[in-house]
Amino acid sequence: MSILHTPMWRRRAVDRLATVLVTGAFVLALFPLFSILWTVVSKGAPALSPEFFTYSMRNVVGEGGGIYHALVGTLLVTAAATVISVPIGLLTAIFLVEYGEGRRLARWIRFLVDVMTGIPSIVAGLFAYALFVVFFGEGVRMGFGGAVALSVLMIPVVVRSCEEMLKLVPNELREAAYALGVPKWRTVLKVVLPTSIAGIVTGITLAIARVIGETAPLLVIAGLSDSVNFDLFHDRMATLPVFAYSAVSSPGVPPGPSIDRAWGAALVLLLIVMLLNLVARLVSHLFSPKSER
Amino acid sequence: MATSIDVSDLNIYYGDFLAVEGVTIPIAARSVTAFIGPSGCGKSTFLRSLNRMHEVVRGARVEGKVLVDGEDLYGDDVDPVDVRRMVGMVFQRPNPFPTMSIYDNVLAGQRLNSKRMKKTDADDAVERALRSAGLWAEVKDRLDRPGSGLSGGQQQRLCIARAISVEPEVLLMDEPCSALDPISTIVIEDLIHELKAQYTIVIVTHNMQQAARVSDTTAFFNLAGVGMPGRLVEHGATEKIFSNPDESATEAYIQGRFG
Repeated sequence: MSILHTPMWRRRAVDRLATVLVTGAFVLALFPLFSILWTVVSKGAPALSPEFFTYSMRNVVGEGGGIYHALVGTLLVTAAATVISVPIGLLTAIFLVEYGEGRRLARWIRFLVDVMTGIPSIVAGLFAYALFVVFFGEGVRMGFGGAVALSVLMIPVVVRSCEEMLKLVPNELREAAYALGVPKWRTVLKVVLPTSIAGIVTGITLAIARVIGETAPLLVIAGLSDSVNFDLFHDRMATLPVFAYSAVSSPGVPPGPSIDRAWGAALVLLLIVMLLNLVARLVSHLFSPKSER
Repeated sequence: MATSIDVSDLNIYYGDFLAVEGVTIPIAARSVTAFIGPSGCGKSTFLRSLNRMHEVVRGARVEGKVLVDGEDLYGDDVDPVDVRRMVGMVFQRPNPFPTMSIYDNVLAGQRLNSKRMKKTDADDAVERALRSAGLWAEVKDRLDRPGSGLSGGQQQRLCIARAISVEPEVLLMDEPCSALDPISTIVIEDLIHELKAQYTIVIVTHNMQQAARVSDTTAFFNLAGVGMPGRLVEHGATEKIFSNPDESATEAYIQGRFG
């Protein structure tokens, strides 16, 4: 039987089967996503109210109270973690891509960054705790410690994503700048970084989204508080994930209002992450090199 | 302002690998010199050694002398960055900076080095460079648009404008037309004819007709064998090289018998 006479129904059947399998896998993967979204939104939405966003849990028993203190804590701790991680991560990536080529040091850094990516978050928390105990003694709790713990998790993500983005900058652009008599550091600063800024900012935003929901390290070093604390360097600081955790694990009597607040906090966290993703998309759109075509 | 180049006994290494061996060639001021030869014969490497661009590869070094206007480019106290301001370069593929407008691309040499310029001086410099590159008429109404929106040939002329706006004395061109269509190629070749009134131009090309059309002097590079260093076989007036070369290898290459 020649190739022209292979029955067509067979190819069609295989094609149909493959389509069904691929679509099925896609739907299956979407199912947990929508399930989570639905659960968080349906259980968390009723908790949202002006009071929820503007009140802390100070002296609140039973109903009422809010997440203001945890929201402030999460924003402060994450912002501090970003301030620590971005310069270190970005400069490391610049070293690896622009200066490290073929050097043993660069190979080691790349390996260590890979190892760092795999550090469990609780280990990062314990590391930060141990570090701060050295300076402040046993039982230390401060928001900044949480920021350090989050940085340990965030730096490798920033290094990796920035490295990939810098590698995408065509070498021809670097050569074009060198050929104009531009020193290497200016080339990096004014050609390489602007060309890749969209991807870098996107990568950083996604790294923030990745650490903003961390619970374990913050539980260890930042602790939990019922009151608002704006000072990263003194005392316990509540954060959204830790707030949600403790609201569920020790809800008090009756447990209902506390558990509702946990869902509310979860929803707010989800909204922040979604917002960050939107910002990342917007930024990458705004900063991308524009072409007329 | 154009300059003559004197290369004597230049060896170019990548690490321990000798890529180009023993090149001695004078390059006359305000003329076009073409380098031809088969792939891998070291003509691009040699070209890049004329503005120390080959040094961006780690481990690259040279032995010998490259004198531009009597000054050794490889002298101990010479900064490669200064060399590149004096000896400009145009690359095989047009590479305007994608984040910059046409205007800023032309001024890239000044802008990237944070040189302050008065607005009127900057405008003049842009117009002068674009006119020299034969691009002014086509882009004068859209100087604020991105350079990447131009056609390939226009982009290459933009790169030439960018290279000459820093007022170099020598212009190196590494196969500037190999990514362009025939019409754009002719435009660039005409441009090279005009530019040689002001600049010393060295061009690497795979296209022998192009070498014959644009150059005054031609240098033929060849490899003795695989893994062997490239070397300069002969150089001379383009007419002579193409009609009556001294070496049989040159004749064989020009007649298309290898390469």
